[in-house]
Amino acid sequence: MKDPGRTLWQALQEKGYSRREFLQFCAVTAASLGLKASAIGAVVEAFEKKPRPPVVWLHFQECTCCSESFIRASHPIVADALLDVISLDYMETLMAAAGHQAEKSLADTLKAYDGKYILLVEGSVPTGGDGVYCTIGGRTAIAILEEAAKGAAGVVAWGNCASYGCIQAAHPNPTGATPIDKLLRRTVVNVPGCPPIADVMMAVVSHILVFGRLPDLDGQGRPKEFYGRRVHDTCYRRPYYDAGMFVEAFDDERARKGCCLYRMGCRGPVTYNACSVSRWNGGVSYPIQSGHGCIGCSENGFWDKGPFYQHLSSFPGFGIESTADTVGLALGAGVAVGVAAHAVATNIRKRSLIAENRQESVVAREPSDDKKVQP
Amino acid sequence: MRQDLSFHNYKRVYVWELPVRFYHWLNVLCVLVLGITGWLIGRPPGLTSLPEAYQQQWFGTIRFVHFVTGYVFLFNFLFRLYWGFVGNRYARWNQFIPSTRRRVNEMVEVIKVDVLQTRIRGIIRIGHNMLAGVIYFVTFWVFLFQAVTGFALYSGMSDSWIGRMCAWVVPVFGGDAVVRQWHHAMLWFYVVFTLVHVYLVAYHDYVEGRGTASSMVGGWKFEREDLLGH
Repeated sequence: MKDPGRTLWQALQEKGYSRREFLQFCAVTAASLGLKASAIGAVVEAFEKKPRPPVVWLHFQECTCCSESFIRASHPIVADALLDVISLDYMETLMAAAGHQAEKSLADTLKAYDGKYILLVEGSVPTGGDGVYCTIGGRTAIAILEEAAKGAAGVVAWGNCASYGCIQAAHPNPTGATPIDKLLRRTVVNVPGCPPIADVMMAVVSHILVFGRLPDLDGQGRPKEFYGRRVHDTCYRRPYYDAGMFVEAFDDERARKGCCLYRMGCRGPVTYNACSVSRWNGGVSYPIQSGHGCIGCSENGFWDKGPFYQHLSSFPGFGIESTADTVGLALGAGVAVGVAAHAVATNIRKRSLIAENRQESVVAREPSDDKKVQP
Repeated sequence: MRQDLSFHNYKRVYVWELPVRFYHWLNVLCVLVLGITGWLIGRPPGLTSLPEAYQQQWFGTIRFVHFVTGYVFLFNFLFRLYWGFVGNRYARWNQFIPSTRRRVNEMVEVIKVDVLQTRIRGIIRIGHNMLAGVIYFVTFWVFLFQAVTGFALYSGMSDSWIGRMCAWVVPVFGGDAVVRQWHHAMLWFYVVFTLVHVYLVAYHDYVEGRGTASSMVGGWKFEREDLLGH
């Protein structure tokens, strides 16, 4: 176990980073946290003086794409800082230990840093069949999670799996895959996405390190600074949306022109994420920039909101192709036919009443032309 | 003999006060505008000309009209709720709730008369008949649903305090996409409601001859003198 008493700055120096590189990293961190320039000092100070907290990274039902994303954060220090320099005491993908040795390392960390370590969870937890669908070292995911969360200073849920259950929780959810904030009675920072953006993950951890507390969260437990706006709001194709210029087929003139992908099922308008701001792979691109609509991978239950190439999702219970409009149109047509039938029936069944009403009608006398108006 | 019974004297009754009529027609306008713009937002048509994006703003304009009309719709609706407490007896909030045995009987009676087309036996009130009252009560909930889901979606793109007040809906539904789906699906409630509503007004006017259709313009309905005591 690396000594967690050291600061990040000390550790970086040992790795051969220069002061300049360290300050650049601090500036990037401050910028991605949305801090003003004068607050960079606070970041530098935190990384210089605060001892690095131990980090435990648990993997449950997932594909490791979150880890893969994380180690590709755009600033080179980040991977080193968070995966190597910061005491990452347990992470199945990257740790050197294996087998009993690894399990012992986890147990030791939980014990030695009780109440101090940060718990990062990747993947959902199956609750079906008493949790047998995911076991590690002979213990169920749910048992490991509950034990590890007990003494954690903060819990972060990486990705759509840990935040919402992702594809395992898609209908019919055979393993009872459950997001971790539904299992723990404490605040969990949800960092959804399949995977989340590396720089966002880096910034969330940095926020906890710099300020010693969790970032501000919205109603779904997501950090407001990265999930406060829709992909749509900062999309570079947004002018085409407002102008009503939509791609109608992936090979049409408008697709070549780079028009809005709304009609192709783009989920940008209903997806909260930072893709169109930070973009991916060091700011190279993001799905919409590459010509494909957003599939809403950072939204709850996005797998069940298909088809991805259709703006409106299919309506539950009416087959994959039927949208609310198909159902509504059938309903409206049915009612129109019913109303017409009723009108016909009225004239038959109520004919005596209608005739009666007519009989009641008084014949109004026309003003007589014969009578002379007396002066 | 039928003829002996048939001649009745009718009296004019001022049923719908001006604020109620004003609410009704403003609501009609809002629902039409919201329905059409909402449909276009959900399914924008493809336009053939290809100017540059900066040369036009039609989709933005349609959305703007939808949002503005949403505000008008909401405040008009809130006004109607207020009028349910200060308006005349036909506009009162309790006209929409079948709270007594007699009201439930009336509701059943209206179903018999309207749907099964039997003859009127009991007495059907001159304001909203009890079935209509209950259906309007349901529409009020749908109005509220549309307003809340609409403003919840709006909260993602606006700092409006009404939007913020409705933002809690999004996590309850599980995301903007689901809220939008339901907001869109409810459009069809209005379509079905309008079909049935307009038809039944015409039907009652045609069968009863009591001025049901014109009452929403002038406020007057006609009632048999011998039944007015009730």
